[in-house]
Amino acid sequence: MIPTPLTKEQLARRVALDLRDGQYVNLGFGIPTEVSNYVPPGREVVFHIENGALGLGPAPAPGQEDPELVNAGEQPVTLLPGASLFHHADSFAMTRGHHVDIAVLGAMQVSERGDLANWKVKGADLGGIGGAMDIALGVKRLFVAMLHTTNRGEYKIVKQLDYPVTGLACVKRIFTDMAVIDVTPDGLLLREVAPGFSVEAVQQVTEPRLTVAPDIQTIRWTL
Amino acid sequence: MINKIVASVDEAVADIFDGATVLFGGFGGAGEPQELFAALLRQGAKNLVGVSNSIGKGDKGLAVLIGEGRIGKMICSFPLIKGGEAFQQQYRAGRIALETTPQGTLAERIRAGGSGIAAFYTPTGVGTEMAEGKELREFDGVPCLLEKAIKGDFALIRARCADRWGNLVYAKTGRNFNPIMAMAAKVTIAEVDEIVELGELDPETIVTPGIFVQRVIKRGRA
Repeated sequence: MIPTPLTKEQLARRVALDLRDGQYVNLGFGIPTEVSNYVPPGREVVFHIENGALGLGPAPAPGQEDPELVNAGEQPVTLLPGASLFHHADSFAMTRGHHVDIAVLGAMQVSERGDLANWKVKGADLGGIGGAMDIALGVKRLFVAMLHTTNRGEYKIVKQLDYPVTGLACVKRIFTDMAVIDVTPDGLLLREVAPGFSVEAVQQVTEPRLTVAPDIQTIRWTL
Repeated sequence: MINKIVASVDEAVADIFDGATVLFGGFGGAGEPQELFAALLRQGAKNLVGVSNSIGKGDKGLAVLIGEGRIGKMICSFPLIKGGEAFQQQYRAGRIALETTPQGTLAERIRAGGSGIAAFYTPTGVGTEMAEGKELREFDGVPCLLEKAIKGDFALIRARCADRWGNLVYAKTGRNFNPIMAMAAKVTIAEVDEIVELGELDPETIVTPGIFVQRVIKRGRA
């Protein structure tokens, strides 16, 4: 049987397992946004949005949307009891000032040193940087959640970025639909592979050499 | 007697001059001063330097000012968004200049501008195209860029409620850049939903003290 990579939902669920009780977390666009739906029961995780709120709740019921309460992707959101609101400079003091524990961002490319490219397509004249550069360098721990390769099968985990840089040496852990990989001072450490995939299969779609963790495991996305 | 409440939105923006630097509050549709945008369009000032998180979208607000060729330069963090074609057309035709700034750096540059801080060092942007032409200096082993403060001639902002002293409170994520822009402009004009009597706003919960606000206009008085 040919193994299948994780779905985006399974990938979001796997990332959510790494969020701990009491952590403050910022989520980027795309797959990262979905992570908030899958925090394991019994863990209180406080989600931060760059446009000025801590303590995001679930999406509002249809008809209950408030145009004055949106996330960074302009989608309507809700606030949980205990939430707080603040202006943009305070919001970015939280990320730039190392107060946010974890950020999960999408990526176009990640290098073996943990360099991140996620704001501008190679060769494009315009790109929306938004808060990505501030968040990449300012949070305590940066995760990337992305598909392992481009839809044309090109490497996204590369030796050297050739897309415009968002931040240097900032990514600590990479979650893909095929693997969980840590960025370490000694290079990339393969910690988990998707069910049915071999280490060789993951290496084949990863440009830099992977070191295999002695306790390598199969990815699970439920407790 | 202090009374910052202005009778009409057109009067509120009447002295915005050609070439002025104008800070525009709002993020993702929340906290955008739509009536002030419309009044500025009617007023006619041109060659403005606009400072805002994005370049506006669709057929209202900042996107219309840009589409009408009234903005000569934008300083923003999101020049590329869905619905932002007005800016992209002007930019690709060479009719508008652009300074892209990381969002946190943008917020801090504005906060600095309102706080008497000329410039500051930040690691954000080191090793990226944002570093081009900026001083690089290391602090405790961390390379940082020198970023200059942003000050406005005017700020057009949106709040939920004001009193005649210009004290303001906001609505949820409609707060965003509005309080720091109020601090960073010579003339801050606040578009509000409601005006209350002095003393009705709890001093403990006022977000923008009136010292930062010069004019207040109630929505629906255009």
